[in-house]
Amino acid sequence: MTETVLKLSDVAYQWKGSGGFSIEVPRLEANKGETILLLGRSGSGKSTLLSLICGIVLPSSGSIEIAETELTALSRGARDRLRAEYIGVIFQQFNLLPFGSVMDNILLPLRFAPERRKRAGNIANEALRFCSALGLPDGIEHLSAEKLSVGQQQRVAVARALIGYPPLIVADEPTSALDVDSQAGFLDLLFQQIKEHGTSLLMVSHDPRLGEFFDRVINMEDIAKVGRVPA
Amino acid sequence: MTVGMTILAIALSVALFLGVEKVRTGAKASFADTISGTDLIVGARSGSVQLLLYSVFRIGNATNNVTWQSYQDIASRREVDWIVPISLGDSHRQFRVMGTDPAFFEHYKYRQGRSLAFAQGKIMEDLFDTVIGAEVAATLNYSIGDPIVVAHGLASFTEHKDQPFQISGILERTGTPVDRTLIVSLEAIEAIHVDWRSGSQIPGQSTPVDVIRQMDLTPKAVTAALVGVESPLQTFALQRSINEYPEEPLLAILPGVALQELWSIVGIAETALLAVSAMVVVTALIGMMATIFSSLNERRREMAIFRAMGARPRTIMSMLVFEAMMTAAIGALLGLGFLYIGLIIAQPLVDQAFGLWLPIEAPGSYEIVAILAVIFAGAIVSLAPALRAYRMSVADGMMVKN
Repeated sequence: MTETVLKLSDVAYQWKGSGGFSIEVPRLEANKGETILLLGRSGSGKSTLLSLICGIVLPSSGSIEIAETELTALSRGARDRLRAEYIGVIFQQFNLLPFGSVMDNILLPLRFAPERRKRAGNIANEALRFCSALGLPDGIEHLSAEKLSVGQQQRVAVARALIGYPPLIVADEPTSALDVDSQAGFLDLLFQQIKEHGTSLLMVSHDPRLGEFFDRVINMEDIAKVGRVPA
Repeated sequence: MTVGMTILAIALSVALFLGVEKVRTGAKASFADTISGTDLIVGARSGSVQLLLYSVFRIGNATNNVTWQSYQDIASRREVDWIVPISLGDSHRQFRVMGTDPAFFEHYKYRQGRSLAFAQGKIMEDLFDTVIGAEVAATLNYSIGDPIVVAHGLASFTEHKDQPFQISGILERTGTPVDRTLIVSLEAIEAIHVDWRSGSQIPGQSTPVDVIRQMDLTPKAVTAALVGVESPLQTFALQRSINEYPEEPLLAILPGVALQELWSIVGIAETALLAVSAMVVVTALIGMMATIFSSLNERRREMAIFRAMGARPRTIMSMLVFEAMMTAAIGALLGLGFLYIGLIIAQPLVDQAFGLWLPIEAPGSYEIVAILAVIFAGAIVSLAPALRAYRMSVADGMMVKN
């Protein structure tokens, strides 16, 4: 039987306040090691869905399981902790803390996740291993993050998401700041690392051309129902 | 950059605050150092602060004198180890002339038992010799051997022209009123008043100096006397018996007690100064608060990254508070550094100009408490922006709207 890393069932979320919008996701699952591309235009509720999965916001009804833990039953602090332990997050761009070194940035999530830190073992060595595996030049770990190129920043962000092997990586348009050639190179590296560690990937994008890289492509419209509540 | 400015503002305000306190305690110590080693000051009955002011600080005037007879009576008491007479009333330019005897140079002590030392020359030998304080010499540009005419009274136009003095010695700077004093012998005071009766010169009478030298110049009265006792235990008994002296209303005071009394009056102004400098520290901290507030928007992305990595909103809040505390701590320590640099530079200058000795010591409990208080205040002040950051990071989550 395949392990389920992410399982949403009958999730409904209602933005608080008047004129807000609502989103319903009857069903979304990700198995261990599976890579999923979630396609959607802006306003399709992608960001809200990611916030729900990451436990930043709580659904008004339904169930969200991360690595077989029911998210909705947890307190806010415990949800933050769960995110730190089990989910690696990659953003669109400007991913890194500019004043920190590359090393600081890669080790950042481990500060909030003691178990993940334990899994990572020798964390400095792990960080260096990721750096070289992602094709970053030697000695880059001491550089300040703001000195890096956008491509390098994205690779550091991947290292940061992967360190300590969280079972799920959530990526929000990580390639949108890269040109087409870099996009392919970046995805190759990302997938190589993900396959190696059996990590699941849920990536959100508006670009259907990326579909060929993924095990599964899901359109937002197919899984989510977005509604605007009249004021 | 902004952080640097904030730190600098805090550092300067802390340096100012600690500096004011340093000057305050320095002034207080200097004040207390004006007289040491003297157990009692005796004068005509008035107020203890008044007696202290005119006998030690040369401020104000005696209301009455102590007769020579009473002085002799006190001097001959068993408890008295030494006694030095002081006779005031005349002046030279803006400086006061003090008649005393050579024992003054032996027994007058300042700044924890330091004795007067001569920069040039020596103690007066001739009847018309005078020893002048450092400031007198510096202000009037006097040197050894210069003649001086003493004026009768203070700010008076009648001078003791017929009996000029000669400078025999110049004292080293002490930071005490001695610097602004011309010291002559008690007999000299008597000598220049030979032709005077009840405050004015007898018309037409001018006794030649040679004749004066032959006269009995035992004074009829002195203004005050400094007394040292055989044993500190006897101080109070002696003070009591002088205060109850039946022949003449006298007053004996403990210099330390009178200084305390005086300080409690002067201290109000000092406290006000301290309060103002404390307000400057508060202003700098509020400046820091404003800086944190204005930086919050720029830092939304940073906060979102922290949130995405699993940081709780509370963690973000405490990070901001911690940052503010670090800023305050660095500022306060830098301020302490500024204080010491300032002290090293200013110490000799202040000593020269005001006779105020500012000791350079390792930070005491006062400095440590002040620095801790600044750090604590920094934390308190940062709570407002930190609370806002908390709300922002709850609302933003890990998404930042560009």
